[in-house]
Amino acid sequence: MSIADTEKEIIEEFSLFDDWMGKYEHIIEQGKSLPLIAEKYKTDDRLIKGCQSKVWLHSEVKNGRIVYTADSDAIITKGLVALVIRVLSGHTPDEIVNAKMEFISEIGLKEHLSPTRANGLVNMIKQMKLDALALKSKSV
Amino acid sequence: MASVKTIARQKIDVIAIRKDFPILSRTVHGKPLIYFDNGATTQKPLQVIDCIVKYYSEQNANIHRGVHTLSQEATVLYENARATVQGHIHAADASEIIFTRGTTESINMVAAAFRDTLREGDEIIVSEMEHHSNILPWQALCEERKAVLKVVSVSDAGELMMEEYKKLLSPKTRLVAVTHVSNTMGTINPVKEIIALAHGNKVPVLVDGAQAIPHMNVNVQDLDADFYCFSGHKVYASTGIGVLYGKQKWLREMPNYQVGGGTIKTVTFAKTEYAESPLRFEAGTPHIEGALGLAAALEYINAIGLENIAAYEQELLAYAEKKLSAIAGLRVIGTAREKASVLSFVIESIHPYDIGVILDQLGIAVRTGHHCTQPLMERFNCVGTVRASFAFYNTKEEIDELCKGIERAVKMLKG
Repeated sequence: MSIADTEKEIIEEFSLFDDWMGKYEHIIEQGKSLPLIAEKYKTDDRLIKGCQSKVWLHSEVKNGRIVYTADSDAIITKGLVALVIRVLSGHTPDEIVNAKMEFISEIGLKEHLSPTRANGLVNMIKQMKLDALALKSKSV
Repeated sequence: MASVKTIARQKIDVIAIRKDFPILSRTVHGKPLIYFDNGATTQKPLQVIDCIVKYYSEQNANIHRGVHTLSQEATVLYENARATVQGHIHAADASEIIFTRGTTESINMVAAAFRDTLREGDEIIVSEMEHHSNILPWQALCEERKAVLKVVSVSDAGELMMEEYKKLLSPKTRLVAVTHVSNTMGTINPVKEIIALAHGNKVPVLVDGAQAIPHMNVNVQDLDADFYCFSGHKVYASTGIGVLYGKQKWLREMPNYQVGGGTIKTVTFAKTEYAESPLRFEAGTPHIEGALGLAAALEYINAIGLENIAAYEQELLAYAEKKLSAIAGLRVIGTAREKASVLSFVIESIHPYDIGVILDQLGIAVRTGHHCTQPLMERFNCVGTVRASFAFYNTKEEIDELCKGIERAVKMLKG
């Protein structure tokens, strides 16, 4: 599935909820299927900066595609990470770097992109793109 | 608009008071705003907003400069504002009131003043519950001058370990910098005693009053504080204005902080003769409308009565503590005997951030995180807390909503 297709799928999923509670419960639910980072990778150098909650991210290349694993100590953040990974993981560095990630605003979570939110969603996406760029040489 | 004179006689008429704060009638996520982040900043009454609008509509001119009428009027207003601050904190003289950008700048000014007198091995005492703003200026100064930063520990209840403090005071101590009220826990520190002990060792004391000034009557002469700092925006005035109170004897000795327009008597390229305090410490055009707004805010709370405010806020705090302690797994951080209306808590196995996000969806504004007191969070072994800080415009009904909100959040987050 392309990045755009996954984004579309998520937008459709979230359109089923007409109140915030359903939406947040769905986000929390997403966290449960987050591909968890291996314990050995939960090191300070893999922490995303600028988060009020802790987010660890690990990126690696498999068959020319970037695969992400992560974890967070806050469960809403964990759900948001899971959504982003669901969209980006398994794609080529070029696809990841060019991803617009418009689904976040589309599903009404734009507030999580504001810098004051300090949940680091913006920093997380930035780090995932930087990792993809760095791993590009290894992916060809 | 509530008549403040009426309020003074009948204690707290919260319905009338709420009408003075326009922002309290707005909604957040379609729900009425419940503002419990007063420790971060307070909302502004019309009396302050109108004062600032009036200044720019009718009174604006640069001060201490022109002979024209507007400039003279603005100068009088600005100096009257200084006199209002002086009266409010019971300073001996208006020249002891320096307008700054806020508590942080006030502390930095004093730290800069002590720079040249600090020698290798000298000591500065702070406490474990300080806001970063009352740690970093001293830490940086100590690093630069090879001095030592000594830290007074905090008990499990969130109170200062006074016996430890007494032991830390020594002939090497050059200054004690301590908060009057903890921003994270609400603990009211025995600053009068702290100051008396320091003075017994001929050590001056700086008090960070940012969290005390909105909640209680502060008398700098009775406390015998050498320096007392606070911010306007935490006491219902605007951001960008604050106060450094300093005893005259210290201000006379203090070197210039910044120099420029307004700080001088005469300037030639050979030599400049500086003005006396406070003008010597207020370089450049100051935050005139901020000072006027601060005076308006202080007049507003004085009309309501600080005793009335304190009594009502204590009532809110006691009510909140009782209601919240009934929530399973909730632990209050900071259970000092003397507390301002600040309630910090953690809930077992739930991240404060998650609670903050859910409460926000319910229109409830709380603060989550480390509250710029990371050493204190480490002391209590938590990543952060949820903090509800109450002002006199808050109500018990709002606290009921907070409790329901927390219960709902717990259900969602643990489910």
